[in-house]
This record gives sequence, C-alpha cells and structure tokens, in this order.
Amino acid sequence: MSEARQFQHIGQRTIRPDGFDKVTGRANYGADFRLPGMIWGKILRSPHAHAKIKKLDVSKAEAHPDVLAVATHQDFPSVNSEAFAAGEAMMDVLDLARNVLADKKVLYHGHAIAAIAATSEAAAAMALNLIEVEYEVLPPVMTIDAALAEDAPLLHEDMMTQGLTEPATTPSNVASRMELKKGDVASGFAEADVIVERTYETPTVHQGYIEPHATVVRYDDKAPSLVWASTQGHFDVRASVSKLLKMKLGQVKVIASEIGGGFGGKTTVYLEPVAMILSKKSGRPVKMIMSREEVFRASGPASASRSHVKIGAKQSGEIVAMEATLHFEAGAFKGSPMGPGCMTIFTPYDVPNLFVEGYDVVVNKAKVAAYRAPGAPQAEFAAEMAMNELAAKLNIDPIDFRLLNAAKEGTQTIYGPKLKEVGLVECLEAARRSPHYQSPVGEGCGRGLAAGFWFNIGGQSSVTLNLNPDGTGTIIEGSPDIGGSRASMQMMAAEVLGIEPNRLNPIVADTETLPYNQTTGGSRTTFATGMAVIEAAEDVVEQLKQRAASLWNVTAEQVDYKNGVVLNLAGDDQMTLAQICASAEKTGGQISGRGNVNARGAGPSFAVHLCDVKVDQETGKTDVVRYTAIQDAGKAIHPSYVEGQFQGGAVQGIGWALNEEYVYNSDGIMENAGFLDYRIPLASDLPEIETIIVEVPNTFHPFGVRGVGETGIVPPLGAVASAVSDAIDRPVTKIPCSPPHVLSMILNQG
Amino acid sequence: MKTHVQTEINGEAVECLIDPSTTLLNMLRNDLLLTGTKEGCGSGDCGACSVVMDGELVCACLVLGVEASGAKIETIEGVADKDQLHVIQEKFLEHAALQCGICTPGLIVSTKALLAQNPNPTEEEARYFLAGNLCRCTGYDKIIKAVMDAASVLKEAS
Amino acid sequence: MVAVTYHAPTSVDEAVALLASSDLPSKVMAGGTDLIIQMQKLVGDARLIVDLKKIEGMQTVSIDAEALRLGPSLCCAKLTRREDVKALFPGLVEAAYLIGSSQVQGRASVGGNLCNASPAADTIPALIANRAVCHIAGPEGERSVPVEDFVTGVGRNCLTAGEILTQIELPRPSARTSDAYLRFIPRTEMDIAVASAGASITLDDDGICRDARLAIGAVAPTAIIVAAASDLLIGNIITPDILAAVADAASSASQPISDRRGTAEFRRHVVGVLAKRAVSIAAERAREAV
Repeated sequence: MSEARQFQHIGQRTIRPDGFDKVTGRANYGADFRLPGMIWGKILRSPHAHAKIKKLDVSKAEAHPDVLAVATHQDFPSVNSEAFAAGEAMMDVLDLARNVLADKKVLYHGHAIAAIAATSEAAAAMALNLIEVEYEVLPPVMTIDAALAEDAPLLHEDMMTQGLTEPATTPSNVASRMELKKGDVASGFAEADVIVERTYETPTVHQGYIEPHATVVRYDDKAPSLVWASTQGHFDVRASVSKLLKMKLGQVKVIASEIGGGFGGKTTVYLEPVAMILSKKSGRPVKMIMSREEVFRASGPASASRSHVKIGAKQSGEIVAMEATLHFEAGAFKGSPMGPGCMTIFTPYDVPNLFVEGYDVVVNKAKVAAYRAPGAPQAEFAAEMAMNELAAKLNIDPIDFRLLNAAKEGTQTIYGPKLKEVGLVECLEAARRSPHYQSPVGEGCGRGLAAGFWFNIGGQSSVTLNLNPDGTGTIIEGSPDIGGSRASMQMMAAEVLGIEPNRLNPIVADTETLPYNQTTGGSRTTFATGMAVIEAAEDVVEQLKQRAASLWNVTAEQVDYKNGVVLNLAGDDQMTLAQICASAEKTGGQISGRGNVNARGAGPSFAVHLCDVKVDQETGKTDVVRYTAIQDAGKAIHPSYVEGQFQGGAVQGIGWALNEEYVYNSDGIMENAGFLDYRIPLASDLPEIETIIVEVPNTFHPFGVRGVGETGIVPPLGAVASAVSDAIDRPVTKIPCSPPHVLSMILNQG
Repeated sequence: MKTHVQTEINGEAVECLIDPSTTLLNMLRNDLLLTGTKEGCGSGDCGACSVVMDGELVCACLVLGVEASGAKIETIEGVADKDQLHVIQEKFLEHAALQCGICTPGLIVSTKALLAQNPNPTEEEARYFLAGNLCRCTGYDKIIKAVMDAASVLKEAS
Repeated sequence: MVAVTYHAPTSVDEAVALLASSDLPSKVMAGGTDLIIQMQKLVGDARLIVDLKKIEGMQTVSIDAEALRLGPSLCCAKLTRREDVKALFPGLVEAAYLIGSSQVQGRASVGGNLCNASPAADTIPALIANRAVCHIAGPEGERSVPVEDFVTGVGRNCLTAGEILTQIELPRPSARTSDAYLRFIPRTEMDIAVASAGASITLDDDGICRDARLAIGAVAPTAIIVAAASDLLIGNIITPDILAAVADAASSASQPISDRRGTAEFRRHVVGVLAKRAVSIAAERAREAV
C-alpha cells in the first residue's frame, strides 16, 4: 500500500459513539457500579518500606460485628513461581500473589497486608485498626546504588541474577541482566572523531490516570463469578484471578467498566483477587475502590532509571558506535521494562556498531507497571540528550545529524528484525519544514528536539459483527476503549461495509461473550482489533453477497459489493445491505461476521518533538512556550483521536521532564502521594500542542494503520530537557528539571 | 446519628438521610445514585467532582452533604436538556476533547461556570480557570479549543 | 473520616455558646477546604463542627472611608470578583486568587486561610503587609489583635476555647499606596507556596518611598515581617540596588526548611527574588494609585 488510497469514512472526524454517555455523566466507570447486598472492602497497608512480618493477627477484626470477611495471603491456594502472560508483560504468579497481599515480608510502604469487608466503607476502614501486625523493620533499599552496594540488604534472599554469562552464586538485588549487540563497538569508537559520554537519570513517576482502581466482585459457586473492573484488559484480569485463586477461566466472568485512564497502569490486578476472596468468605458482593493516596503508594509506577550512554561520530556526522548500560528499578518484584529499554534506545539510528546491556534491579518501592511505551522514554531520553550534545559538538543541525543516521527500511535493529517501511525520515523532514522549527527561538528561550521510537504490538483480538433485520448492527469487540477506539472500529467496519458509521454500534463485551482478547496496550487496539473488525466486516460482505446471489439464483462470483449495495453482475438487480438483512430470515437466518486474529506486522511508529522553553534565570522555573509533536500514524483512522494521542503523550512527557517525581523520605515513605504535590501538568501550564500527522502506511494493515498511542511519550523527555539545556547553557543529565534542580544548575556552574 | 438533608439538585427537590461526616460527593454518588460526578482524589486537587452550589463552582468532595440543606446544587446530570446536549457538551464531542472521559463531567460543569461569569474568556483565562480540572489524556489542547468554540457559539446566540 | 456532629448557628453568640459548651472536641468551619481533608485523617472520638457561614456578616465585605471590613467566611471567588476591593488591595486579591483552584476558591475564605495558619498560607503575608486587624468574639467578650500576632505557630492561632474570628479589618490605604503579593510554585496554579512575599508601599509625589511593609511566607513557621526591608526602602527612591538589598534582607530574614516542596537553600534564594519583585510591583501600582 504505497499509493494513497481514497477512503469514504476513514480519515473523517466523526462523533464518537460513546460520546453522549461521557459528556452527560451516564457512562459507568469502575466506581459507578453496585450490586444488591453489596458490602465494602478496604486494605491494610504496610507503614514500613521494608520489614519482616513477625505476627499478623486478624482475630479481633474478624470478631467485630460490622466485619463480614477478612483476607490475608494465607487465603491464596498455594501458588508456585510460574511465568504467565498478563497485560503487556510477563508476570510471575507467586510475585503477583505476594504483591496483592504480602506474605512474610512487606517490600514497600503501602504494600497490602490484609483486607476487610464490612457493611460500609467507613466500617471497613475503622476495622482495619483492629488488625494486629508486628514487624521487624529492615533498612529500606531506595536507589539503584543502594541496591547494588556490596552489603545491600536483600529484598529477596533467594534471588539469583538471571542472564549472567556465569550463573550467579550469591543472591543479590539484581533480578536479571541482558545484553544486545551489533558489530563491534570498540573498533567503532576507534574511528570516532568526537565522542559524548554521560550518565543520565530519571525519577520514579506515575501514569496519573484520574480514575482510581475500582472493582465490584461477586463470588459464585454455581455459576461464573462476576468481576466488574476498571482495566485495560479484562481477559487478563480473568487470567490473573484464575491463576491466583485456582479457578477455571470459565468460572470467572469479567466485565470491563468504562475506564478512566490507564496508560499501562491498569494492565495488572491489585484489588480484584482480594475482593474475590472477601466475596467468597462473606457470601456478598464486595466493592473496593483505591483512594488517590493508595493509587500513588501501591499501584504500579514507572521505573526510575540510570543510563550510561556513549556515542561516537566522525566529523562528517556519521555515527560509528553507540553503547549504553541501563539500570532500571523494578520496584519490589522483578520485571522492570529494562528489556524494551535496551531494545529501543538506539533504534532510531542506523549505526553499524552497537552494544547495550541492561540490569533489572529490585528496590523497596511499589512494583512498577507499564507506562506508555514502557522503558523507552527513560532509555531514549539518555540517547537523545547525548545525540543533541554530539550534534552541537559537531556543529551540525540536530535534524540534519539525525537524518544522516536515521533508521529506515532495511535497517538492521539491535533486537532482531530489519525494519520494514518506517517514517522517521519523513518525521524529521516534516519537523524541519514545520512553522515551529522555521520560527526564531524567542528571547531568553531555549529550543530542544528529540526523536522517539516504539515497536507497537499486534496480537490476539476477536470481534463479532451482528447485523439486525433493519440493517443496523453491533460491533462486539473485547478491547477496553481507553481513548476513543470504538469510534475507529465503527469507521473501519463502515468503510468495509460501505455504510454510515453510526449504523453500527461498537461495544466492549465481557469475557463470556468473545474468545480471548489481549489487553489494550502496546498501541495494539486500532491496529489488531481493527484488523479483526475488518475481517468480521469482510466476513459479513461475503455472506451478503451469498445471500443476494441465492435470491438471484447466481453464484457469489457473479455479484459485487460496493457502497453497501450488492450488484448482480449478470443482470441489473441490486440490493442494499438493509434489504438483504430484512430478507435474511428467508435466506438462511440472520447475519453475523467473525474476525479472530493474531495480528502480526504491527508497524513501528517514530516521532519527532520540538520544544521551546523559557527559564526564569532567578528562580529556575521553566515554562513550555511552544511545542510540536510530529509522528507517523501509518494511516490516521480518526485524525482527532490520533492528534489527541500525540498531545496526551507529549504532555505526560512534559510532566515527567519538568515536575513529576516520587519524593521519598529516608524511611522510604513517599512524601507526595497526592495530586497536590505530585505535580502533573495543568491546563494553565501549557501552550497549544501543535501536531503533524505523518502517514507512511503500514503494509501489514489493510488500511495502513500503525499504533500511535505510546510513541508520543518517548521524545518529550529529551526535547524538553534539551530545551532547558539550551536556555541555561548547561548540560542537563537528570530530570525532572524542577525549579530547585534548574536553579542549582544555573547557580553552581559558570 | 444520621441527618435529614433537604436540597435541590438540578431543579428537583431531593431529600436523603446521611451521616453528617458524608461529603456532598459521596451523598450524590452513594445516596442519590448520581454517579456522573466523579471522584479522582477526594482532596480538591483534581476537579472531577466539580458541581455548582448556590452559584459557586466547588469540589463536591470538599463540601459536607449536610451543607447542601437549603442549597441549590447543579451537577453534570442537569447540563443537557433531556436528549438535547448543551453547546459545551456538543463542542467537547466535536473537538474530541475527551479520551477516557473521567474528567469530562467535571470539565463541562466548570466550563459552564466559567462562561456564566466570563462569556468571553481569553484562552489564557480559560486555561487558568480550568487549572483545577486535571486531565491526563488529552494534554488539554482539544479541551481548550472546545471551550473557546463553545464560548463563541454561545456569544453569537445571546 | 471521623464521626461528626454538625451545627450551623446563625449568630455569633450561638456559635460561641456551642463551642464553649461542647463536650466533643470542636472544629470551626468556614469554607471547609482544609478542615474536611483534616477530618478524613482523624480517628477516634467524634468531633463537633460549627459552620460559621450562616452567621450574619460572616460572608460580607464592605469598604468605607476608614477601612475594608471583611467577613472571614466569604469565599475567595466572591472576594476576587469585587472590583472595588481589587482597586484598593490588588495584592490581597492576588493572594486570595492564588488559593487553590476555581473550585477551591468557591469555598475557601480569607478567614479560614488565616485560622488554618499554614506557614504557606497565601493571604497572611498580604494581610500583614496591609496591617490587617483581627476582630475576635468569645465567651469573655470581644477583642482585636494585629494579624501578625494572630498566627502563633504552624497550624496554631491565638484563639482560645470558644473564640471565633468575626471580622478582618484592613485600614484604607492612603494616597499613593498599593500592595502586591507573589508566591513561587513549580506549576502555574494549584500548588502550595514554596515561598511568598507580600508588600505594601507608599510613595510621595516625588516617588520617594514613605512607607513600606514586607512580609514573607513559607520560609518560617509563621509569616515574617522583614523590618530591614522597610528601613532600606523608606526615605529612598526605589532603585535596582535597593531592590537587590531588599532581596538580601528577605533571604536573611527567612528561616526555611527543606521538604517535598523545596529545599531550604532554594527557598532562601527565591524568597529574596519574590520580595524584590513584589516591592517593585507594589511601588509601580502605588505610583498610579491616587
């Protein structure tokens, strides 16, 4: 699909089908659901960042008249360490069980220890005080350096580093090491005229979705138990609950509520298995909602990181070698996105000699979860900062420098495949032509830019498309709609069927209605679920043709389908989709199409962001004064929502670069567990976020779609920090560029 | 001991029995089943629970339910006229000013309050007035465009 | 949240009687934006909440030849919409406007901000700069204290059992007098002040400073009056050199701590920057104030 194709619906800016409910308050999110007889669950959380649980006595709580059930780790059937796919990453069942309810140790401040279900939310909260816990407090391990120290306290006394060339013989806080290479960096660096080598750091940050985690669970012995949950992947909630509680998949029915943001943070479970235990023990439906403070302390933030990067280039601008060592914090249990960090860090560049090694390090913080392009923002921040410094040293425009070395079709990636058609060159050229880049940098301002790469994934999606006798229909999909994807599904089906999109209502069905659907994540939904929708719609078209053919007594090959009408090529008969549906009763029954895919060929999406900042030289305060996000969408199904993904990713990245960070005290307690002091960007903090959609079609998708959701958060860290570097004329190596940090850079160096 | 609250919500007389420690937010959501008003933080820092009380925009999580006695409350459920969306609601949809939608009820209530007191805001005024309504999905760009467009439509209509 | 008993008296006497006779630990509520959050964290015995907003005069504001008289429970949104108040005390209105979001301003009041006595309270430096006086009623009758004596420590004020704040009075500024308030926050809105400065400046017709009062906030347990700044300013034309000295004086007067919102070093530096900027803006306004 290299030539532009004319579309009827795709590329339009339709009104989303779930829009009315969302602007009127009718849409039901996680906390909006209730069941008859419902009671409330609350969780007791650790006051220590690292401690052994010497004693846990719940008897007084159990005896309280308002308390209907108490749950502890002992209520899990014995589970063993076993990797299973859940959400965007592999999960270990044992780790998950110990994260959801601590076993013998608490590993972070806020770690769940026990749960109570009581007649009211207040009663449940009150009864938590009746649980008696004795701790042996251990020193908290709060940084990569502390975790790697010779005499570091161990979070897990049996954890041996995986992936070493020689198997580890003593336990440590390093869960695993990996390395990737291409060519020979030593000989590469030997050819370099200029080398930049620095260490970069990023803090623990949170996805910051506005809706706290919430669930309602009703255990049922005779029929499937019901789980209502705010999740990016209800099929994977089912898998997790089933693994933890040893229930058959068919015994658990999960309904995905409307979801109030996730960004990767709602790809795992915290409350659902606990609520299931409480419901089973109490015989009542149980509702659990996290407070905002619990969300910050005990859901999954994103890894803090330290990246050592070395890049060498010839005077001509040709990069000859790139090398990096990445350390990613995993939180309390193994499994940071260090792997994707290693794989993405240098992928924007076609360089002969590459070497990357990564370490997955456990610390006494909440277990990290996915956050939009997990691992890539941290890693690529380091690479892009070094790239800009190198461009400056070579006295080459940073866009020209990237164009000289840009990855393109055929570039051998460090992680395996060669790239197919990709749009980095097009994004760089669009950036150079943009009004933003063409404008002069304002007085007292600085400008930065950065590129970003994310793989995107495909995977399993299943869709059913049912038609009604009047020619309307329902698209039944299984991908929780986190940002308007139902609009895109509607448009893609309408495009295939040649009818108006609003004749088809897309719904996100529960786990009993459809076969397995992978979690909404990896920017896969519009791509992979879209392919299932297209397949289902094509299935419908085939059936419509057969039905008409049978009525006209011709073969299916003798009919054509166009714009919602079947044409008899052997005569001049024609029937609309609605007419065929109306007569379906007579031609074999009602019509439905099916699309079950395991989509491959998710096209990577590249982006380039431009940022201008103004820094108050007396206070260190940084204001973003202009911002442009340029990204390859393959084909934008609904351009407004594609732009929205670019803008949302950019602004999350701006927050990460400027003000967001977990602040811990010396006891390992987060001191800013609320939106007051965990400072996400506000409307008044930002300028317009300009967007440019680049479309280099993905040949693996019928309409050319590439996932767009994640890449947008990759470039802003480097773009903003480079702009700050430019404004204060100092190299930034650590984010956030909070005012105290920036002021100290201004004051401490000449 | 529970307290009897008589109030007016979206023009309708309403009464309920609540514990005096209950916030207006929990009263709306749990006792009156008006779940359009959302909770994002419970501490007045996110604006998801924005409602108008006696003409002032407030966070329902920072009001006690008992304070609603004798007051007039306006929530998201009262913004549309049956199936007829308010211009602000239409503009939010037209401009794709929502992704997940959890902040949307609060933003629409706040926008209505903004335009009631300042029908002709500059973009900067709109951004500052709405600074207490956190949105994590959109980067605010399309929200502000929807607000400015709604303002101009309402101004023409008046 | 802890259990509560709620009363909304309609007179000062009734409020004082309720507070004086209560068996329960009591809390006075104005806008409730601090109180409700504090109550959520409390455990144990029930609390008595006495809501002052229904008392006559608690939500009014008037200006006459002598003074601005402010009902302590008037929400900031209503106060900041008053153009007549803004014309006389632009700095006080700036401070009230900076308290939280539009939603918080729909509830939060100057009186509540003052009584809550946070070191970072926005209105306190502005009130001190304007020589505000607090009128208090209690079981023993009425009394008045200067605002700088009202706050006695972090979260503490001079009110004794049964006493309530009934009015805040700001003397009407003389000619060529104006004020300004600035605070430093990492974002543009919503945050709690990391450092702040309120200034009131009086100039004569030649532009010479005749009166000056500077108060700084969030850099000590309570807002501090920077007396040295007044000495530097009064009797002089306000030059960049004098402003730089004012900045140093403010930094020297500060006794900041390090916390999640900023380091002591950062606060000490920034409070100086804010002080000189606030003085400069107030002086600029004073030049234009008749």
